[in-house]
Formats: sequence, C-alpha cells, structure tokens
Amino acid sequence: MSSGNGKTLNLTLEVWRQKGPKDPGKFVTYDAHGISTDMSFLEMLDVVNERLNEKGEEPIAFDHDCREGICGMCGLVINGRPHGPRGATTTCQLHMRSFKDGDTITIEPWRATAFPVLRDLVVDRSAFDRIIASGGFISVSTGNAQDANAIPVPKEAAELAMDAAACIGCGACVAACPNASAMLFVAAKVSHLGLLPQGQPERESRVTKMVAKMDAEGFGSCTNHRECEAACPKEIPVQFIARMNRDYLKASIFAGRREARAGDSA
Amino acid sequence: MNAAKAFFGSTIGQKVVMAVTGLILFGFVLVHMAGNLQVYAGPTKLDEYGELLRKAPALLWGARLVLLGSALAHVWAMLSLTKVNMDARPTGYRVETYKKSDYASRTMRLTGITLGAFIVFHILHLTTGTVHPQFVEGAVHNNFVFGFQAPLVSGFYIVAMLCLGLHLYHGVWSMTQTLGLAHPKYDLLRHAAATAFAAIIVAGNISFPVAVLAGIVKPAAPVIAQATAPADATSVRE
Repeated sequence: MSSGNGKTLNLTLEVWRQKGPKDPGKFVTYDAHGISTDMSFLEMLDVVNERLNEKGEEPIAFDHDCREGICGMCGLVINGRPHGPRGATTTCQLHMRSFKDGDTITIEPWRATAFPVLRDLVVDRSAFDRIIASGGFISVSTGNAQDANAIPVPKEAAELAMDAAACIGCGACVAACPNASAMLFVAAKVSHLGLLPQGQPERESRVTKMVAKMDAEGFGSCTNHRECEAACPKEIPVQFIARMNRDYLKASIFAGRREARAGDSA
Repeated sequence: MNAAKAFFGSTIGQKVVMAVTGLILFGFVLVHMAGNLQVYAGPTKLDEYGELLRKAPALLWGARLVLLGSALAHVWAMLSLTKVNMDARPTGYRVETYKKSDYASRTMRLTGITLGAFIVFHILHLTTGTVHPQFVEGAVHNNFVFGFQAPLVSGFYIVAMLCLGLHLYHGVWSMTQTLGLAHPKYDLLRHAAATAFAAIIVAGNISFPVAVLAGIVKPAAPVIAQATAPADATSVRE
C-alpha cells in the first residue's frame, strides 16, 4: 500500500459478537489504534483480527471475497448504515479516511429474519439464491448459438436492463429497509430479464414465482421509505420496484387466462 | 380462485389493496374539501349542498358503503403487512440512521391511527351530531360554525388535518409506486403532485376552523335551521 497522506487514526469499535446462530450475542468494545487512513474498512478489521489472534482471542468473523466492490460478499452495518456512510460504496471499498480520529464505530450484521446470523457479522443470505432459483433466469434450449445481433434490443431497454443487472446481491437493501424487505433486490432481478427480449417468454411466471418465494422466505413488505435505494452500492433506483409491481399486477390479472381449446393437455 | 388467493395473500397484493383503497379515500377527501369550500359562498350554500347530497339516498348510502369498505380494507392491509414487517425484522439495530425516508413515511401508522380516531369523532360530530351540543339536523352551515367555535374541537381538527397532510404526502406518492405508475420521465412529477395535493387538502380543510374562530364565517340567520331533511336521511354531511 502506498503511503498516501500517512495519517493514522485511533478508533474504538463496538462490534456485534455472536458465537453461532443460537447464541444471543452481544456488543464487544475493541480498541483499534494506529489505523492508516489508506486502509479499507475490511483491512482495518484484518488488523484488529491480527491483534486478537496474537492475544489468543477469537477473531471477528465477517464476509468478504473480491474486495473490489463487485462480488456482493461483504456487508456490514456501520454506524447504522449498510456499507457505511458513503453512497454507492461497498464495505470493502469504504476507506478509513471516511472516519475521524477518536471516532467510535458501531459494527452490526445485516438484521433480517430471512438473513439469520451465522457468526458475529456473517449472515446467511442463501434466501436470495432460493429467490433466484425460483425464477430469476431464462430458459434456453440448447443448440447452435444464435447470431449475436439477430435480436434487436432498443438502446434504452439495454441501458435500463444493465442498470438493474448491476445488482450484486449483497443484501444492503434488506439491511437498510425498516421492514427488512427484499423488494429492491427482487425488482432488480425481475427487471433486468424482463426488459430484454430473451426474458419475455417467462416474464409473467418469473415475477409471480419470485415474489411468492420472497414472501415465503420471510422478507417484509415495501413501505416506500427508499432506504434501500440510499444504501444500494450500485445505486439501483426504486423505480424498478414500481416496475415489478406493475409486472406483478399484470401477471396476476391476466396470466393464465388463455381460452382452452379442445385437445389441450394443459 | 387460487390466483386471487395468491394475489391477496402476497405482500404486493396487499399493498395494491392499500393503494387502491387509499386512492378512493384520497379522492373522497379532495371532493369533501372542495365541497366544503362553499361555506365561503354564503350561509345558505352549504345547507343546499347538504340537501343535494341527500337527494338520492341510494347513491349516498352506496358511496358511504364504498368509503367504509375502503377504510376497513385499508386497515386490514395495514394490520396484515405490519405483522409481516415486524416478523421480518425482530431485532433492530443499535444505531438507527435514515437517509431517504422522511418523517411522513416513518409516521404512516401513527398518522393513520390518528386519522381513524378523527374520522369516528368527525362522523359523531358533524354527521350524526352525537357529540355536537348545538347540532340541528339539516342546518349544515350552523352546525359547521357552532362546531368550530369550540377551540378544543377546532384544535383537534387542525391536528388531524396536519396528520392527513403527512399521510397523503407519503401515501399519494407511495400509491403511484405500488400501482406501478412510474416512468423515469414523470418521476419528479409524482413527488410534486403528491406534495401539491397534500398541501391543497390541508390548506383548504384547516382554513375552515380558522375562518370560524377568526369570525370570518358567521352563523346563518336562525331561519335556516328548519330546512327539512328527507325522513330516511339520518345524517347531515357538512
């Protein structure tokens, strides 16, 4: 790491410690002195863990993987904000220069019934995987690949689909929502496929199944606080939620109303 | 049947119930406020308006049933979704901070409950007259004026209308979101429209008790009190 401006911080951490899913858990105070402002938030935790290891104490468990803001693994509630105080930033991309010397930083896990705490700051986000498995895909018959430009996509639709597809599934939307609702996540996934021609055949069944799965996993409902949008490291707007609501309404009212004909099996 | 069950059982379906019934109630408060502005057009206008509304009892009761049904469905959706939401986040955060939600969005339940209590009082006050000491059937203008001359009553009306303003400010925008009435081109308009509607309704409604207390709107001559009401119309709408 280059030296940057060479400043260091002395911080106090209030960290949620929980031995396992059944442990009630508690906050533990740690001293984090001599933290370089050039460090990322996760590197700061690495330093704290190294010191805990040296003392023979159990290090703080937290999720991380790519550390470049694209994998969606990291995620901590820092002073009440998922991914910390900066907008459009994952926890791994948050740097200690965002904090002041002498700060007390409270670090908590995502809080949602659908995201049970596994250990300390690590939560189980497999509910998201199950929502994707319920309909967040397109079915493609195998065979020769189609010519890439054979299906025209309007520029605007392509851009919007990309905006929605920027979702990395980190769960900050759920963590930020006062109702622990997963609407922004599901809306992004429903929309990025629903905006493209390839997503049309399953558009109605997709939104119906994914919303049903979202409800079944125990996420809350949307009360339009827009905290999800504020917390989203990829700045996915709540307009996608409106779009999903529209798709869901349409699918609920019109889907499956094809007039049956003699000889139909379904 | 299964599709309907799935829809009304889903959180989005229940939000749609909330939005549609909210839209009906919103339409009512807008018309209700506009109708009452006639109080500024002289002491006989409001009585005539009341009579007009009671001309077709079937229509009046039909409208009342729709409103009552909407209010009940609105409350049902609230109770059901509140349960879901509380179960979804049983453990809160030690540090609570908000970025984009506002006071209006976070107090929807509180303002809603206040409005529920207000509606009950309002009906007992100016529709049935049960809690109105000078109530005279059919004398809409005078019931209105004498009712608001009590500062405590006027105070409650004003507080309730401020709650209504907050409720509509978030609710109208929220309704467009839930019904999917969103388009990037018109998104700024949605907020502006919600704010404007809330402001117009609050300003109009608060002007009534204020105008009475300030002596701008005065009681009508006593003759008005004997305006006859149809026998089956048991209530008076101001």
